[in-house]
Amino acid sequence: MSEGTVVAHHMRPLAERRRFAEHSLVQLTLVRFREFWREPEAVFWVFIFPILLAAGLGIAFRNRPADIVKIAAVGPQLANALRTEKSLSVELLDRAAGEQALRTGRIILLAVPASGGSVTYHYDDTNPEARNARLLVDRTVQHTAGARDPVPSTDDLVREPGSRYIDFLVPGLLGMNLMGSGIWGLGFAIVDARRKKLLKRLIASPMPRSQYLLSFLLSRLTFLYLEVASLVGFGFLVFGVPVRGSVWELAVLCLISSLSFSALGLLIASRVRTIEGASGLMNFVMLPMWIFSGVFFSADRFPTVLQPFVRALPLTAVIDALRAQMLQGVGLSHLGGQLAVITGWLIVCFFAALKLFRWR
Amino acid sequence: MPTLPSQPAVCVHGLRKAYADVVAVDSLDLEVRAGECFGLLGPNGAGKTTTIEICEGLLAPDAGTVELLGLRWETDAAELRQRLGVQLQETQLSEKLTVEETLRLFRSFYRRGPAVTEVIRMVQLEEKRGARVGGLSGGQKQRLAMACALVGDPDLLFLDEPTTGLDPQARRQLWDLIERFKTEGRTIILTTHYMDEAERLSDRVAVMDHGKIIALGTPRELIASIGVEHMVGFAVDGGAEMLNLAWLEKLDGVRVARCENGGYELQVSELHRSVAALFEETARRGIVVTELRTHSATLEDVFVSLTGRHLRDE
Repeated sequence: MSEGTVVAHHMRPLAERRRFAEHSLVQLTLVRFREFWREPEAVFWVFIFPILLAAGLGIAFRNRPADIVKIAAVGPQLANALRTEKSLSVELLDRAAGEQALRTGRIILLAVPASGGSVTYHYDDTNPEARNARLLVDRTVQHTAGARDPVPSTDDLVREPGSRYIDFLVPGLLGMNLMGSGIWGLGFAIVDARRKKLLKRLIASPMPRSQYLLSFLLSRLTFLYLEVASLVGFGFLVFGVPVRGSVWELAVLCLISSLSFSALGLLIASRVRTIEGASGLMNFVMLPMWIFSGVFFSADRFPTVLQPFVRALPLTAVIDALRAQMLQGVGLSHLGGQLAVITGWLIVCFFAALKLFRWR
Repeated sequence: MPTLPSQPAVCVHGLRKAYADVVAVDSLDLEVRAGECFGLLGPNGAGKTTTIEICEGLLAPDAGTVELLGLRWETDAAELRQRLGVQLQETQLSEKLTVEETLRLFRSFYRRGPAVTEVIRMVQLEEKRGARVGGLSGGQKQRLAMACALVGDPDLLFLDEPTTGLDPQARRQLWDLIERFKTEGRTIILTTHYMDEAERLSDRVAVMDHGKIIALGTPRELIASIGVEHMVGFAVDGGAEMLNLAWLEKLDGVRVARCENGGYELQVSELHRSVAALFEETARRGIVVTELRTHSATLEDVFVSLTGRHLRDE
């Protein structure tokens, strides 16, 4: 090999790299990156906030101790007998004080010794917790009196990752984050550029207009994977939140979801000229989804009448699909309903936005 | 691509644009020669920006034709965008980008043109090359906007109110820049409501009012057309007592006399004779002149004599 070919090999990629960097699409996309990274608030809301929220809620709901049942007993002998059961918190009260505590809900059961060694339980049988307390108290009373179980039994406690609140929460937060960054990320940047007459200045230049929108898409894709990786990675490492489905399918699901929300953001931003107008419209669009789409609790809890509306929201479909994919390992081929809703929104919003969009 | 010397750079015919309640541009005809700096002078709302934005392809006219460099927007938009440089009124470039990044972006849209460092040098922003746009002064921002218009090495450069809102020093700096672009042989179209700007920069000026061109020519021709060369302003002691305009107009060399802001203004053709006559006559009548200003007639005076209003009247 001569020296000349070595030089040629070095030269060509350099020139090509330079030409690549000077391409308008690359420059437009770089602008998107720079504008994002140089806005510390945006970085906080997109990357830090969801993690703080997951951490806070995860800690709040993670180690919930087994419920301690608050009861009272009349007479020290009975009280001491009941105190041998660890999940009971037993107070020693006289009869009148015990009945008062029961009425105000401070305790849920009052045990009173009756004549002939028997015990009477005062409680509200329509309260499941009180019925449960009755069983527990009675078993303790019988055992202390010498009763033995005819069939021996042991407990094997199952607290499996995938069924805790934090497992439910992480896909919800992920969906909410995809929505927020898609709608805000695209909407605000476009409205701001229109307000500053920057859009008008750009179309007075030979900039290919489709590349302007494409640059948003490319930057969104890049940040999308950072967002998803940070939140899912945090959930996995700190709380052991599982990803049971294929990681690739999760990536595809996030991609379609993000595109769908971006199209919604584009539609919102297609005409608005002021930041105030844009935030109002965005909140109007996002508020129903924050409430109904089941970020923090299951959307199934809403009445049947509302279900068709709740199910038609893009965020509901996204969160349902994410939960099924991550927690139960359901493949995309079994999530056709949700995917149809998400792509439906994508297509309708995108073409409506193209039709309505104003550069000025 | 140089334009043929015989071909006008801009040829506008019968241009009309109406908004809901006003006719912004009314049957406007305009021809700008290749290589000249052409000024559109007029008060706010005269239709300057509408005219220039139609020329820039940003607005569609209701009627009329626009031909730039022998090309039309309907058929040659892509080619025109490559050959036009545009500086809009009140564009805010992205504050988080640096000067160099902004220019690199705009440069990437054009097929040909100078290197980014070269453009930065042209507008004298070398020291601010790595600075964020948000931290630039008004004059620097305006020079950057000018640089964005120059990155494609345009044959035709549109500058819409380039110095509005700038302090006097920044304005002069920008004028120096524009004067240098003129020597490079490009055609420049400039709108302004500053008469000194139009007078200093333009080879020819069109005076616009209410969507129409009311006067057209070189600044010198326009000033000569009102038949006066100087303006004399003065005030008298006890200004409340009105002098008779009729006897002022009879003074030697005075064409027109007007009351203005509690004082008087005379349009005169020969300054030395009129001022002498003014003092002689006031002394004879026992009137004390408390203030005297004179200046050569300007485009402002042309506008006043054509419309009876000042350019800056809001």
